[in-house]
Amino acid sequence: MDWTWLHKLASPPHAYRIAALLAPWFGWPAFLLIVVGLFGGLVLAPADYQQGDGFRILYVHAPSAWMSMFIYATMATAAAIGLIWRIKLAHGVAAASAPVGAWFTFLALATGSIWGKPMWGTWWVWDARLTSELILLFLYFGLIALRTSIEDRERADRATAVLAIVGVVNLPIIHYSVYWWNTLHQGATITKLGKPSISGDMLWPLLVMLAGFTLYYLAVLMTRLRAEILRRERDASWLRTELAA
Amino acid sequence: MTARTGAIDAVWLMYRRDLVLAFRHWDQLAQPVVFFAMVTTLFPLALSPELGELRQLAGGALWVAALLAALLGLEFLFRADHADGTLEQLLLSGQPLTLLSIAKGVAHWTICGLPLVLVSPLLAISLGVPAEALRTVMLSLALGTGILSALGAIGAALTLGLRRGSVLLSLLVLPLAMPALIFGARGIDMAILGDSARGPLLLLASMLVLALTLAPFAVAAALRISAE
Repeated sequence: MDWTWLHKLASPPHAYRIAALLAPWFGWPAFLLIVVGLFGGLVLAPADYQQGDGFRILYVHAPSAWMSMFIYATMATAAAIGLIWRIKLAHGVAAASAPVGAWFTFLALATGSIWGKPMWGTWWVWDARLTSELILLFLYFGLIALRTSIEDRERADRATAVLAIVGVVNLPIIHYSVYWWNTLHQGATITKLGKPSISGDMLWPLLVMLAGFTLYYLAVLMTRLRAEILRRERDASWLRTELAA
Repeated sequence: MTARTGAIDAVWLMYRRDLVLAFRHWDQLAQPVVFFAMVTTLFPLALSPELGELRQLAGGALWVAALLAALLGLEFLFRADHADGTLEQLLLSGQPLTLLSIAKGVAHWTICGLPLVLVSPLLAISLGVPAEALRTVMLSLALGTGILSALGAIGAALTLGLRRGSVLLSLLVLPLAMPALIFGARGIDMAILGDSARGPLLLLASMLVLALTLAPFAVAAALRISAE
């Protein structure tokens, strides 16, 4: 099989242009899906028989929690690719993803806390999933802090990549140990493929929001990746001609 | 020129060298132990001098104090070797870096973790832990400080030579060490209540085995990156 297209794609000039091309293709569908999902979730979906309208924060909370883990996985995969095949662009993807992931983790915690106040009667409980989400946030902080502490870019890239991979190995351990430690949180809603424990007219807005959030991440990633390439390639001649054009 | 040193010999030499170097400054060896004792003393002062109440918190207090004490020493794991160029010699020695990092990790545990384990019964008694539970206290701390040495070695290797490296090191290592804290403290609690602490201790042991198996590769990779 011919892999030259892949190498071409991974070269900064191509990636820079393709990212610019793709950003609106992710951005606009993300916007539409989130608008539709919010309308479906906040207006069309019926109120929960137990939690009333309070459950509607689910439509932001669950997709954020999903994104916090999805972005970590994406970031670690990109970091591993960068470390193994020494592809600088992959490190760029990892660097561009970390702050987005941290914000989604924060959003999941904040919405969870706001949800917890009327449902559990308190802003914060040391519940298993909340706690493991908090530890995930600490992992993100560690990655960002490590990257900014190392001045040499290549060393920063590779050191952060090692840490991201160590984190991936640790995440399941953290998750299950915290889970055995204590649990209050309701079970996951969509993991049971086939028969979810949520009714259909409540479920579809959630899925739409999930897709919308994922596309939003991709759109932001493309934009951040362009900024990252600009920062990394600021002395390159192709960039000068690109920007002059 | 002498014959090439075997990998096992190299590991043993590395371990012995680190111990010899550490015992030349034996007064520094006492520092983590003193820190451990001090942090443990903070708990009765901050919470309550009542032994009955302290007993309920003893597992957690001992573990948090030991974790922080062990964290203190981690910074020095590779620092001297990095500063005087020994690390580069190790990288060039042709010996497997994974095995050498195991040797350094075990040496660090002997210097820094083992003393904490040895004084832990005294501190545990001061927190009202019954005599039957002391064995569990020592065992869980022995396993836990081992896990922390393995995980901490990764963090120490990654933050080598950085300014403000020690704060960063804690930031990187503490989240990874939280599972060990959970089971370690839970094990001591169960022992204090008179239950068998077998479950948490076995989980801790399996975490230690996993950390010892995988961490050396991460440490070796991190050392190569940091020494470039």
